[in-house]
Amino acid sequence: MRAAGLLLMLSGWALVFGAVQMLHGAVPRAAFVGAGLAVEALGLGLALSRQVAR
Amino acid sequence: MTEVQQATCLMLLLLVPLAMAGLALLNAALGRSHSAAHSMVAALCVISVAAVSFVVVGSRVGGAVAGWDFGEPTLDALAQLMALSLLALIPLSAGADRWRLGATCLATAIMAGLIFPLLTRSMVAPVGEGWLGSLGSRHGLGAGFLDLGAGRIQALGGIGALAVTWLLGPRRRKYAPDGAAIAIPGHNMVLAMSGCLVMVPGWIGLNGANALLFSPVRISLPLVGVNTMLAAAAAAGAAALLTRWRFGKTDASLTANGWVAGLVVSSAGCAFLSPSATLFCGAVAGILVVYSVEFLELKVGVDDPAGAISVHAVAGVWGLISLGFFMHQPGQMLAQLVGVATLLGLVLPVVYALNWCLDRVYRYRVEDDGERQGMDLYELGAGAYPEFVVHPDDARQ
Repeated sequence: MRAAGLLLMLSGWALVFGAVQMLHGAVPRAAFVGAGLAVEALGLGLALSRQVAR
Repeated sequence: MTEVQQATCLMLLLLVPLAMAGLALLNAALGRSHSAAHSMVAALCVISVAAVSFVVVGSRVGGAVAGWDFGEPTLDALAQLMALSLLALIPLSAGADRWRLGATCLATAIMAGLIFPLLTRSMVAPVGEGWLGSLGSRHGLGAGFLDLGAGRIQALGGIGALAVTWLLGPRRRKYAPDGAAIAIPGHNMVLAMSGCLVMVPGWIGLNGANALLFSPVRISLPLVGVNTMLAAAAAAGAAALLTRWRFGKTDASLTANGWVAGLVVSSAGCAFLSPSATLFCGAVAGILVVYSVEFLELKVGVDDPAGAISVHAVAGVWGLISLGFFMHQPGQMLAQLVGVATLLGLVLPVVYALNWCLDRVYRYRVEDDGERQGMDLYELGAGAYPEFVVHPDDARQ
């Protein structure tokens, strides 16, 4: 789960990076950055899923 | 920069070791007493390793100090060295009572020699530099990703702390078999509070020096000092009041965490924000820390003895985002969000992956015997308080 979460976070960042580099309008850029952040949040949620107690 | 400004900057940078001392004291105090000496020794070791790795390798890897020869270091180099030494201390508290000394040094060497210089130079460089710094000039996003003090350093440290806690797992007997968290209180609150107070001049020095060195506009040093102090005061006050309201009594360790979170929040915008805005940001940081510590410990099972993730990552990210709220510049909020997205989406996976590889080469977590005995006896051969503290665990040996 953690690896999947971290990969999802990387994908989210790629979305943010792509939006900043390739889009020029303020609205689409903000929308894609928001989407990227949402994907990162999802990834963080997955990565943070409860550890096994020792 | 005039000679007077250079001298002022140097004096401010010379205060930063106080922040390191305060953080080291806090880390040791919020851990267990049978690992206190280990915590302080580890602090000295990571500062040493970070300094040497950065000077010998890191400064060249990232081109952070172009052409720096050993005879004539620049103020910029000294500022980065100080910030990096502070950063190296942050994950230590998250790995308290179970992180081996050798592994600590190895992780710090990689962080200081490779990750920090590469990331700071290419991504998270000061104002106007790197991909994030040039978001304003190249992509029209406000003034680019703003962080005049050391907000990115704090967030990086907090992210490193999260990676370390993931790899180490919780301390022995931190969680009952049914998953319920068991409180392991810090062993010396007097030391923790002393650490909080010692940190303040160091933080003012760090924020002031960074603002002098990296600000594109004229800054007011008194404003930096006032904002740093105000943020800490507001955050500690908010944490104290919130814990009193929720639990009926003021929680000392969460109040200390709130204080540090306030200092962390001040790092990003101390030179830009008005005192009233700083007061608000500090108070929010104090509240965030209380809920974040509880969420991480109780809901997701992350054992972070001194609250480094909440204090440095959560409050650090809040400090960076809050700049977007208060700068009133078109596109500034988006620039700050892109910066935060980079720290979380790129830096966290990279730092975790590197630490995961290191853990496979040289195991991070101490053996069960080490945890039972305490890190002091197991790794150093002597305790911090040999004459007056006996744990039930020790007595059974």
